[in-house]
Amino acid sequence: MPRLALTTNYAVAHAAKDSDVDVVAAYPITPSTPAAEKLAEFVANGEMDAEYIHVESEHSAASALVGASATGARAFTVTASQGLIYMSEVLYIASGLRLPMVLGVASRALSAPLSIWGDMHDIASLRDAGLMIYFVSSAQEAYDTVIQAFKVAEDPRVHLPAIVDYDGFVLSHVTEPVETIEREEVLKYIPKSITWNVLNPKKPISIGTVGDPDYYYEFKYQQQVAMENALKVAEEADREFERMFGRGYGIIEPYRMDDAEIAMIAYGAHAGTARVAVDKAREKGIKVGLVRLRLWRPFPSEQLKKLLEGISVVGVLDRAMALGGPLQGPVALDVGTLIATRMPDVRLVSFTIGIGQRDVRVEDLVRVAEMLDEISKGKEIPMKTIPIGLRE
Amino acid sequence: MSMTKLPGWRELPEGAVVRDVGNTETIDVSGWRVFKPVIIDEKCTRCRLCWIYCPDGAILEVVDEKARMGKRYEVDYMHCKGCGICWRECPVNAIEWVPEER
Amino acid sequence: MSLKEVGPMQEIRNHMQIPREEYIAGGHSACQGCGHFVIVRHLLKAAGPNTIVVNPTGCLEVVTTVFPYSSWRVPWIHVAFENGGAVASGVEAAIKSLQRKGVLPKDEQINVVVFAGDGGTVDIGFQSLSGMLERGHKVVYVLLDNEAYMNTGIQRSGSTPFGAWTTTTPVGKKWKGEWRVRKDMIQIAVAHHIPYAATINPAYPVDMYNKMVKALKANGPAFLHAYSPCPTGWRFDPSKTIEVARLAVLTGYWVLYEYDHGQYKVNVPVLKRKPVKEFIKLQGRFRHMTEEQVKKLQEIIDQHVEMINKLVGKQVIGPVVE
Ligand SMILES: Cc1ncc(C[n+]2csc(CCOP(=O)(O)OP(=O)(O)O)c2C)c(N)n1
Ligand code: SF4
Ligand code: SF4
Ligand code: SF4
Ligand SMILES: [Mg+2]
Repeated sequence: MPRLALTTNYAVAHAAKDSDVDVVAAYPITPSTPAAEKLAEFVANGEMDAEYIHVESEHSAASALVGASATGARAFTVTASQGLIYMSEVLYIASGLRLPMVLGVASRALSAPLSIWGDMHDIASLRDAGLMIYFVSSAQEAYDTVIQAFKVAEDPRVHLPAIVDYDGFVLSHVTEPVETIEREEVLKYIPKSITWNVLNPKKPISIGTVGDPDYYYEFKYQQQVAMENALKVAEEADREFERMFGRGYGIIEPYRMDDAEIAMIAYGAHAGTARVAVDKAREKGIKVGLVRLRLWRPFPSEQLKKLLEGISVVGVLDRAMALGGPLQGPVALDVGTLIATRMPDVRLVSFTIGIGQRDVRVEDLVRVAEMLDEISKGKEIPMKTIPIGLRE
Repeated sequence: MSMTKLPGWRELPEGAVVRDVGNTETIDVSGWRVFKPVIIDEKCTRCRLCWIYCPDGAILEVVDEKARMGKRYEVDYMHCKGCGICWRECPVNAIEWVPEER
Repeated sequence: MSLKEVGPMQEIRNHMQIPREEYIAGGHSACQGCGHFVIVRHLLKAAGPNTIVVNPTGCLEVVTTVFPYSSWRVPWIHVAFENGGAVASGVEAAIKSLQRKGVLPKDEQINVVVFAGDGGTVDIGFQSLSGMLERGHKVVYVLLDNEAYMNTGIQRSGSTPFGAWTTTTPVGKKWKGEWRVRKDMIQIAVAHHIPYAATINPAYPVDMYNKMVKALKANGPAFLHAYSPCPTGWRFDPSKTIEVARLAVLTGYWVLYEYDHGQYKVNVPVLKRKPVKEFIKLQGRFRHMTEEQVKKLQEIIDQHVEMINKLVGKQVIGPVVE
């Protein structure tokens, strides 16, 4: 396996190349631009045998991907922020049409005010669009996950588009060693086989019909079932990946949870920061563990429930704000639902961190662990999301 | 409501695709008509214009060796909506415009 | 006259040669006399079975494909309203890529055809169309122009003609129908350096058919601007769809011309034009127009005719003769 020094942007471009993607349609936006450029470079040099569509917008990027995927192509794009929400109309449709395209998203804040910096407002806005959403924590994981995402998306039990989300700048622009896999090996893991509905003059079908009140509900339910299947298929795909290539992640990753009494839940790059904070807090005698969420949609409820058994207080570290909601953290809202419906003895605290690239320091997260500890010892639970790093 | 007769979510095709393409031809739209076109075969010159202009593909060009010039034109009354284009465009008035009786 | 029909993708000499095969089935729920269907029927005959249709949201899409039904006997996809050009770009790129990799047969041309409304083309889908044309995708983009948003109930678009009533350009104390001049989509298309662009009209089926064949054979994107009378939105008796379409040509309101690899040509010369009032008097949407408005509309048409005569370098469309 070749070992390269790659940013996460380049890692996802390499993954698309090594997955033998047939059609790329991409539009520049910070911080995902270098990935779009890298893909162009691959095609320009003949290193990647794909059609590269220089679309005039992200809306068209998503639309072209839908057209390509519906014709049987393995299709890929990268975007972020305004670009992702501009795509969103079409992404809902891609899911409804059950097309297995894959997107790399270098997550970034949303305007206004304009911010080119990282947080996860963009991806949070797509939570309910019917796409699978992976959060990765390193360039290597991003590379591996793009390949896994094709595997899961194209599985006949799933047939849904998938997003591989990586933190803008913190991951997208930071160089790490990445082991890539030869294309032939990747294609043994994700063989080219068109199992979804495609446009073919030899066998004409109509794609994108009207669902009237007699039918719409059933088709939406099918998408939900596909999402539920995706959970299992994603676990399988990860295990098979590990068997073949020696790297596996699970869809949810515990850290020092075995004897933990309180827990933090984090995702993306800041899960790494949280890990360090857990070690520091442990040194202070706080029995805290960490759960890293690798798959947000579908939500791994059972897996999370199992990990949280015996935990008294859980704090969720979110990088986006669901404005006006009962809590601001979008993942906290999910965890809150799980707790409310399945584990009423656990107490939930919601935190926001890293909004608009606000620094997330280890001390801040150690302080989070301390707060959780205090709450577990009887301190009153704040009913509001606690903003970390905000100036008063 | 005929809800109970409709297929459940397990039976429906993924993504609401239609595989039995062209199946609107099983739909009877004759109820749309107020008038109906009636082709008077003796007057018909086989000019084909009614067939060309019908938006609903409801003029049939029937190959029939016994017919004059080897073919004749017939109205497919299941798919004719009674727009009257054929009647108006027939250059020799070989189509009569007859009120529907129901 | 030859009675022999030809296969798809071949030009014809007369209407007897139009193939019998139907690629769009009856039983759809378009209004009586819908112009879209006269056009689509024949363009699909010209394209034949090796064709993929991309159909943005609009009347044509809605009336043909309410699950579990479809009128389309060729592969068909609808994604959204404003992205016909982009979806078609993706389909075409996928065909290229999959042909190169041997997944699809290399030597078979698969036509990619967009059927989009004026709203889906001149307004909300403008950017997507522009991108598709500029990038050179081998797609035939057909604009089915009924001069308003019909699917949502007759609202004006950037293609609504001067004077026309729509539900968003109503006739009231201050407004008297549409007061602006529509976009010129052929000139816009040509400005993208594409090989082929043409106007078509269902009252001229042979011209329409042959232009589709040329468009399909063009070495790059082709744009067909189809005049598509809508009895419901224009307020005329559905039996008059072809009559209205024909009068549009005879008044110079709709000039049948083409741009073919750098050359302009008027395909149906009209030496003596009828005055536009003969055309508008058939349609309820123009009923309110004052003499002054009619005069202005006539001027708009005169200017357009003059521009086209200049493009072809001679007076092919003549003056108005009462
Ligand atoms: C983004 C978006 N905006 C608005 C609509 C609503 N809409 C659906 S069809 C349509 C009008 C279609 O007009 P046109 O393209 O001219 O086609 P026609 O129905 O007239 O043939 C509109 C406004 C939509 N589907 N999507
Ligand atoms: S009346 Fe209209 S729908 Fe019926 S056959 Fe004539 S043209 Fe076709
Ligand atoms: S238009 Fe009239 S004359 Fe011509 S084929 Fe039809 S019925 Fe016959
Ligand atoms: S409203 Fe007009 S365009 Fe739409 S189906 Fe009816 S006639 Fe056709
Ligand atoms: Mg319209």
